[in-house]
Amino acid sequence: MAGSNKINITPPRWLLAELTYACPLQCPYCSNPLDYAKYPSELSTDDWKRVLSQARKMGAVQLGLSGGEPLVRRDLSELIRHARELGYYSNLITSGYGLTEERIVELRQAGLDHIQVSIQASTQELNDHIAGTTSYEHKREVAHLVKKHGYPMVLCVVIHRENIHQMQQILEMAEELGADYLELANTQYYGWAHANRDLLLPTQEQFEQAEAIAQAYKERVAGKMKIYYVVPDYYEDRPKPCMNGWGTTFLTIAPDGVALPCHSARELPGLDCPNVNDYSIEEIWTESKAFNFFRGFDWMKEPCRSCDEKEKDFGGCRCQAYLLTGDMYNTDPVCSKSPNRHVVQEAIDSAKSASLAPGEKPLIFRNSKNSRDFA
Amino acid sequence: MTIDPDKNIRFSPTHRLQWEEAQQKDVILYPEGMVELNQSSAEILKLCDGNRKPQQIVDELERKFETTGLRNDIIALLEVALKNGWIKQD
Repeated sequence: MAGSNKINITPPRWLLAELTYACPLQCPYCSNPLDYAKYPSELSTDDWKRVLSQARKMGAVQLGLSGGEPLVRRDLSELIRHARELGYYSNLITSGYGLTEERIVELRQAGLDHIQVSIQASTQELNDHIAGTTSYEHKREVAHLVKKHGYPMVLCVVIHRENIHQMQQILEMAEELGADYLELANTQYYGWAHANRDLLLPTQEQFEQAEAIAQAYKERVAGKMKIYYVVPDYYEDRPKPCMNGWGTTFLTIAPDGVALPCHSARELPGLDCPNVNDYSIEEIWTESKAFNFFRGFDWMKEPCRSCDEKEKDFGGCRCQAYLLTGDMYNTDPVCSKSPNRHVVQEAIDSAKSASLAPGEKPLIFRNSKNSRDFA
Repeated sequence: MTIDPDKNIRFSPTHRLQWEEAQQKDVILYPEGMVELNQSSAEILKLCDGNRKPQQIVDELERKFETTGLRNDIIALLEVALKNGWIKQD
């Protein structure tokens, strides 16, 4: 098995708690698995509290409360209160859908540190189309309320071919709403985004124009609004250092209790990802097959194995290697040293011709009906 | 942005400074991020409580550590902290 040599194991710092796969939105780039409908069970309140306590004891300090839509969980305030008592810094990652002022206050009193609201575009028409739900005006209102109640306000906009032309307007909207942080997340092509890639992947020219606009704006608002720009790795020369290295920093717990070294790892074959119903977080982190699978460097094939950059990018993303080349041990194909780099180029070319073709095929929206078709 | 010598310094209400037992160090927490602090930086930032001006922070630390000449290092750290939004001056 890969990673069987003795490796210095660092404790988790980041815990991503995916509280539910339920979501009122239908974003076609959702990072949840395509077949999420196969996993309807959810951990109980007590299970989550145990997970939070065990991970905190090991050193986890940043807590992401995500989903699906985490607001769907009725016990959200109770979980946040528990997290605050343990000393977590808690981040609510939400669409804002259904979030009232009353609940914002209640979450604040429970000890929530920060709310990240996603907006899909800078105009109502496009936002509501992408979200698959009428939500634009309400999201703007939520953004105001988040500010009003003293949270740092983080606005997250996922960027793709349907909204990339709005970059300037998105930046202006974020500034007008008083965002402290703006996350411009170029779509990462896994799960639903991968299924819709021909319709979502912008051209290189579009990327370059949008990035130039964002960089110029970043300088203008320095000290006022921080802009995080998540790079589009298909147009990079080197892979991203995915998860800061496998099993070094990040721990994701899926709604049904499955522990994952990254939120896409559920799609990788043969990992036997453990469930928190069967093992403690310490056992999962230090002893499980899944978390040791790609630790260290011994699992690598060439060109990674002898590459002098392997300690910088860890060979890139295992899920991307699997998704695009069919072999999760391969070098991430976005790397120009990868013998499979052509598959990325083919994806770029395919998306470009799809954008020029008359009568584009429709986006596959993320909902339970479509998910059952993938299951 | 530079440190104003005449204004009190307070820690940002949207950041949190706390001791991390697992790491045996103080850290600053903010949305999706963390900065690990060395001991001297933590000592300085803990005095940014809204009740002290920059020189008072210098005086207090020089007294505590029975030394002099800390001013330049402390102001440099405060400048970095202000630029990163960890502290505020009203």
